[in-house]
Amino acid sequence: MSNIPADLKYTKSHEWVRTLANGNIEVGITDHAQGALGDLVFVEVPEAGKALKSGDSFAVVESVKAASDVYAPVAGAVVEGNGALGSQPELINSEPYGAGWIMRLKPGSAPAGLLSAAEYEAHLAAEG
Amino acid sequence: MPFNPHTPKDVSDMLAAIGAKKIEDLFDEIPKELRIKGLAGIPDALNEMMTGKLMMARAAQDGTPLNFIGAGAYEHHIPAAVWAVTTRGEFYSAYTPYQAEASQGTLQLIYEYQTMISSLTGMEVSNASMYDGGSAVAEASLMAVRAHRKSKSQRILVPTSVHPHYRKVAVSTATGQGVRFEEVPCPKGYLSVADLAMYQGEDITAIVIQQPNFFGVLEDVDAITNWAHANGAMVIGSVNPTSLAILKPPGEWGTKGADIACGDCQPLGVPLSSGGPYAGFLTTRMEYVRQMPGRIVGRTVDAEGKQGFALTLQAREQHIRRGKATSNICTNQGLLVTAATIYLSLLGPEGLSRVANESHRRTNELVAALTRIKGVKLAFERPRFHEAVLQLDRPAAQVIAELASRGIVAGFDLSNDYPELGHALLVCATETRTDADIKAYADALTETLKAAVRAA
Amino acid sequence: MAMLKHPEKIIFEYSRPGRGAFGQWPTERDTPNETASDIPENLRRKKPAMLPEVSELEVVRHFTKLSQLNFSIDTHFYPLGSCTMKYNPKACNSFAMLPGFLNRHPLAPESLGQGFLACMFELQEMLKEVTGMQGVALSPMAGAHGEFAGVAMIRAYHRARGDLARNEIIVPIAAHGTNPATATMCGCVVREIPVNDEGDVDVDALRAAVGPNTAGIMLTNPSTCGVFERRIKEVAKIVHDAGGLLYYDGANLNAILGKVRPGDMGFDVIHMNLHKTFSTPHGGGGPGAGAVGVGARLLPFMPIPVVGKDGDKYRWLSERDLPQSIGRLSAFMGNAGVLLRAYIYMRMLGREGMHRVGEYATLNANYLMARLAKAGFDPAYPTRRASHEFIITAKKQKNELDISAMDIAKRLLDYGFHAPTTYFPLLVPECLLIEPTETESKEALDGFIDAMVAILEEARTQPDMVRSAPHTMTVRRLDDVRAARQLDLTWKPASA
Repeated sequence: MSNIPADLKYTKSHEWVRTLANGNIEVGITDHAQGALGDLVFVEVPEAGKALKSGDSFAVVESVKAASDVYAPVAGAVVEGNGALGSQPELINSEPYGAGWIMRLKPGSAPAGLLSAAEYEAHLAAEG
Repeated sequence: MPFNPHTPKDVSDMLAAIGAKKIEDLFDEIPKELRIKGLAGIPDALNEMMTGKLMMARAAQDGTPLNFIGAGAYEHHIPAAVWAVTTRGEFYSAYTPYQAEASQGTLQLIYEYQTMISSLTGMEVSNASMYDGGSAVAEASLMAVRAHRKSKSQRILVPTSVHPHYRKVAVSTATGQGVRFEEVPCPKGYLSVADLAMYQGEDITAIVIQQPNFFGVLEDVDAITNWAHANGAMVIGSVNPTSLAILKPPGEWGTKGADIACGDCQPLGVPLSSGGPYAGFLTTRMEYVRQMPGRIVGRTVDAEGKQGFALTLQAREQHIRRGKATSNICTNQGLLVTAATIYLSLLGPEGLSRVANESHRRTNELVAALTRIKGVKLAFERPRFHEAVLQLDRPAAQVIAELASRGIVAGFDLSNDYPELGHALLVCATETRTDADIKAYADALTETLKAAVRAA
Repeated sequence: MAMLKHPEKIIFEYSRPGRGAFGQWPTERDTPNETASDIPENLRRKKPAMLPEVSELEVVRHFTKLSQLNFSIDTHFYPLGSCTMKYNPKACNSFAMLPGFLNRHPLAPESLGQGFLACMFELQEMLKEVTGMQGVALSPMAGAHGEFAGVAMIRAYHRARGDLARNEIIVPIAAHGTNPATATMCGCVVREIPVNDEGDVDVDALRAAVGPNTAGIMLTNPSTCGVFERRIKEVAKIVHDAGGLLYYDGANLNAILGKVRPGDMGFDVIHMNLHKTFSTPHGGGGPGAGAVGVGARLLPFMPIPVVGKDGDKYRWLSERDLPQSIGRLSAFMGNAGVLLRAYIYMRMLGREGMHRVGEYATLNANYLMARLAKAGFDPAYPTRRASHEFIITAKKQKNELDISAMDIAKRLLDYGFHAPTTYFPLLVPECLLIEPTETESKEALDGFIDAMVAILEEARTQPDMVRSAPHTMTVRRLDDVRAARQLDLTWKPASA
């Protein structure tokens, strides 16, 4: 049973979204996703200033057995990528919702169509 | 049937275990109208003895003429130990090393190969091979497009002094993904920075430099590399591995060094064998390692902390990344890598350097002997390595045909790919050509050119 | 099992300054090794490359010992699904390495290559016959290379007809990774369709997926699930009616060789893996050969060079003969030595032998599947006939005993068998794809079954033994996370 914090929002492609005090959003991958990938060996984070459309792949997370794209939940401009992941990709495994955040984004509009914790949990159950 | 061990009793026991009456029943899911009626076009089986007679007759038909062609495939002495060990069943009939614990031999060998080729090219890291030197240029171009952070044009400059077949392979392979190859003409037999003036200030993703180039001429690699880097372009060096024993390797070209080096391992212990199998090599800087296609072997430890080897960075490859892989390459040229690694181990740094120096010397002797003949002159007065272009007083094709009838393979006719060079012939002599060989060629050519120039 | 147990040093660790295999040098050791003055100083290498300085015996011993660390067909039963690890006849190697073939330069005059070209032409003809295609090109150097040629030809065909919108390639989700990777390399878009519970392509999903953008579909038959695509004629009609072409991935040709021909199933282009079906060596990762066969529609687009015949003379056909060719894919004519080995193999098999390949490969696979099912393993498609391979799923063992397919695979190594293919196709959980090939005896298969039964028993009584396997190789299970996180890709001397 994976961890799904109630105070975050989620996408069907296993990203989580946290709204920060300054209106920016923080994005990472969920506990379920990091478990499915296994030990992460490399993360490619985006550069500050990069413009993203909703659904664009902004990062690649690579384990021994998979390399997955991480998708932007909303359009916007990258404020910063998590530089710590360069030397410590395993932070995503150990703290997927904390120190393992992947990018912070200044959203162009309010994110729409995100799932609540309960809805994401139901989505995981349905995926099977 | 020659290799199936089944006896009639085996077959009946096995069918009983399956619960089928005859082997035909096992194909009952296949629509009957699809079943083959016969294979009339396939001849009757030959036993090994008769197959041997057939193959020996065919091989003897072609004989072993005296060879003076290079043009991307070079005849060097191959120590007997290279293929005696390479054709051991444990190398020959092993699979790709996906199950690492069952393949430590192959994996360690590839690690040693990666080490040798990286050092030879002056780069930091290598993959486990590409199909050949031509596809290596194609893959290097695609890699440059992926790796270049700033350039968006996908324009790759390719001088015409690069092997014509390599240029064609690059075009056939990479234009499907949007890469645009632009030829830079080299009528003087080499690329000069002046020829690149029209590209100054343009968004160029990379330039390919071949050293020595297809004509055997040495390019001004430092000036071209510096021009490329100043212009924001990456440098792909396509190089001859034997030459690297005595020539400056791509990693040391210009101020910063080339970004990607590639070429063909064929000169390193791989026989000419009518064109293949050879093995492409691809090396680069560590910063680009994740953009490199193909397999890579890494050293690691096992559960008890003992040294071991495994395929690594596989997430880039087709079996994991599928549609987003760096390349679709799966099987590469593993057995040839084995041969090349054993060859390099036997020759060592000084042995390889002697092969290079001796080959260069032999080509110089060949050129001297042939240009003494009326009707033959050297095309390019430029430094060269182990290959040269001669201009003749009549079409090269005629000379080649005449010498072929005397058991000599005279060279490669350049008139199809380089009509501007006139009656041009690319010749090569390696350390395998003796004084007697060179004299035989010179005598035969002298005889041939005595005849009046025929209408073409 | 005569496998070396002790790890072997890196070759560089044997290096000593001044050591060498002097008998291999072209000039005497005591003569100076000078670079001619006509090579400019600024183009010369300053420091020698780091290559081993060792004696010839040290080289031979080192690499012989390395070879003894490998599993191979010559030493072990190797039931790798989708790889066709059949016996590589020694005669194929000896005859392909006859001096007349081995020392021939690829650009030598054709008049001096008629023997070699005759073999290549006849190989083209025989491959046409067994596949039911109209033309064969031999130059692609591996299966994936052949796939590239095939998809490129499909694109070229549509473009030549002005049908520029057709850029979608349909691929079943069970397909080998090279299929979608190839589609992308050709500038196409991949459209995946599902496979049903019986292992067949979902025909309704296919109908919904085809349209005016369909360039073609890539299929393997038998499929990567190890079963025959029973509705293949319907699939062919749906794709053809929508204006698309059918590509056949020949990785599983061994199952149907001599029984069914891809051309007769409606495929427009196929690639063959000569290093699978036609028994050329796997070589530790190649060289392969991915010859392509085409139907009439795609004949003009074949990659060059192709061998042609003018009267009784053979010659290479080039761009001039095939102006619409997708072009040259190899610096010379492809993996000639591999092609010769395939030719020799086909001559030794002959017509009768060709018919027997599919039969005995299928017999061996069905026998293994039946006995493993009786022993308590779960075939993924229990209602279907096995083709030349079949899938066992270890899902039950994973759930009940926490033993994965990987664990079973690693424990098999201790029993002296190379593991089957694991975790492919991706859609079957904890899968083992098992392909015995036709050259294995009943005793070899029985030995494998006994090992699998023993491992199943161990999974119940000593699970840790299985989970921490292998125990008897030179290395235990390797840390591939560390291999990817701490990249050590070239050896460096300790002082560096």
